[in-house]
Amino acid sequence: MNDMNPSKLLQRELMGISAVWWREYKVFWREKSRIVSSIVQPLIWLFLFGSGIGASLSVENVHYRDYIYPGILTMSVIFGSVFFGLYIVWDRKLDVLKAVLVAPVARISIFFGKVLGGCTDVLLQVMILFAFAFLFPAVDLQGIPQALLLLLVTSIALVSLGLALGSLLESLEGFQVISAFLVFPLFFLSGALFPLDERLPSWLTGLVILNPLSYTVDGVRGALLGMNRYPFWADLGIVALFALVMLVVGSVMFSRMK
Amino acid sequence: MAVIETRSLTKTFGKIQAVRGIDLSIEQGEIFGLLGPNGAGKTTTIGMLCTIIRPTAGRGIVAGFDVAASPTQVRRNVGIVFQDPTLDTILTGRENLQLHARLYGIPAGMRALWIDEMLALVDLKDRADDLTRTYSGGMRRRLELARGLLHRPAVLFLDEPTLGLDPQTRARVWEYIRQTARKENTTVVLTTHYMEEAQQVCGRVGIIDRGKIIALDTPQNMIDSLGGDIVAIRAESPPLDRIRSLPYVSSVRMVDGVMEATMKSAHLHLAQLLPLIPGVQSVEMRKPTLNDVFMKLTGRDIRDDNAADSGSWAETIARYQQRGQ
Repeated sequence: MNDMNPSKLLQRELMGISAVWWREYKVFWREKSRIVSSIVQPLIWLFLFGSGIGASLSVENVHYRDYIYPGILTMSVIFGSVFFGLYIVWDRKLDVLKAVLVAPVARISIFFGKVLGGCTDVLLQVMILFAFAFLFPAVDLQGIPQALLLLLVTSIALVSLGLALGSLLESLEGFQVISAFLVFPLFFLSGALFPLDERLPSWLTGLVILNPLSYTVDGVRGALLGMNRYPFWADLGIVALFALVMLVVGSVMFSRMK
Repeated sequence: MAVIETRSLTKTFGKIQAVRGIDLSIEQGEIFGLLGPNGAGKTTTIGMLCTIIRPTAGRGIVAGFDVAASPTQVRRNVGIVFQDPTLDTILTGRENLQLHARLYGIPAGMRALWIDEMLALVDLKDRADDLTRTYSGGMRRRLELARGLLHRPAVLFLDEPTLGLDPQTRARVWEYIRQTARKENTTVVLTTHYMEEAQQVCGRVGIIDRGKIIALDTPQNMIDSLGGDIVAIRAESPPLDRIRSLPYVSSVRMVDGVMEATMKSAHLHLAQLLPLIPGVQSVEMRKPTLNDVFMKLTGRDIRDDNAADSGSWAETIARYQQRGQ
């Protein structure tokens, strides 16, 4: 038994990470109704809300529906990621996690497997939404790889956040609280639905600037519409820093989870 | 060689002493049962041995590794079936095993083969590709058993493996446990409060009460130590002292108004005994069980202890009703 061999240990941990990842991927494709609703909901925002407001409003000569396309992509990343992470409350309630947590795999590997699984789910949803991009004339398809990169980093941050909160929560009742006091404010304060200009009240501008997700929206909007306030690398840097902090917080909380 | 060895293994939760110094030595290939009422410390003991619970004091060595110092190595060498079902119900039976195989680092080339072997062993080949949420309680247990054994552990821990199953399914699950233990020479450590079943399956049992092991032996030796068969007689006022002094009687006691005498060769001595007791209403004769052993050791019935849960409910309700008065 060569237990002390570091490369063998690493290999085992990597296999553990891939095990959890593999499980999440399986589950994703099995829950067809969840996929459908995660695609339909943003499309409703774009075509019903966006077209409605867009009838009387455009931003810098871009149709409002096209203008919010980057914001709605970010929205589906926010909701998909945070709720994916929070879902471990349910897993714990059903004892699904119990068998995984007693395996000879470090907690942190299980955490990383979950993060990878969540990002994969969310990015698959985003790719399906990109398939509709041709319906938005202002969107530059060449910006998709940049947008995807930024959304991936955002998803890493938010799945970690969701897992951190899910490690703390005892029951599903906390979902509503987190939804109302965290997820919705994060979304509305990201500038997903409105431009950050001098007409905004200053308190609102301040909150938007403090929200790390504003930089996701800005970067994606820059990549797809060319309407950014900051350079892409600056947006990416801020979001990456946010992701790093959340990975640390999430892995610590997850390791302490009972 | 002992595959499990503990010295004064102890666990306290706050002020509660759940396990108060357990010394055990379990050999390779044994089927060992930890018996006792709810709350006796069975699950906590198993929890410490498979590194889910950290011991407060004492030592536990499992498969050659210390449970506190090398939990990962211990985990690699043990399989666990929990009291509550822990299958991933959104996955199929086979996928549950695939997930487990990856988590336990079974090389890719061996996975499919080992999984097929285990599925065959627990007779789940036909249903392997159905979602486990469509399985019956007995099938789920069998799959969990297969999962616990998949990575070929030295020790398999089973915490109340037949809880909540109907008697027929229980019998089958025990049969699988016996079969697999024999086939793989796996050591099985199980907890149960079904005394009759433990008696049939376990090579050796430890009776645990209030966090301590109070008896440790083969079921047969324990039962033999009681000194014969049990004769239960319902009568108006049995002369207890007189009966106790009879040479063939080992012990006498009253249980719910029924006199229970333990005696050698009861079928021979009953005819002599009965004329001594006035007003006999009923006579019953039976072989003693581990439950009788528990009763002799603690003065309590294990089944009463298990019913205590509902008792505390009744108390709570009574307190609630008195609250306003």
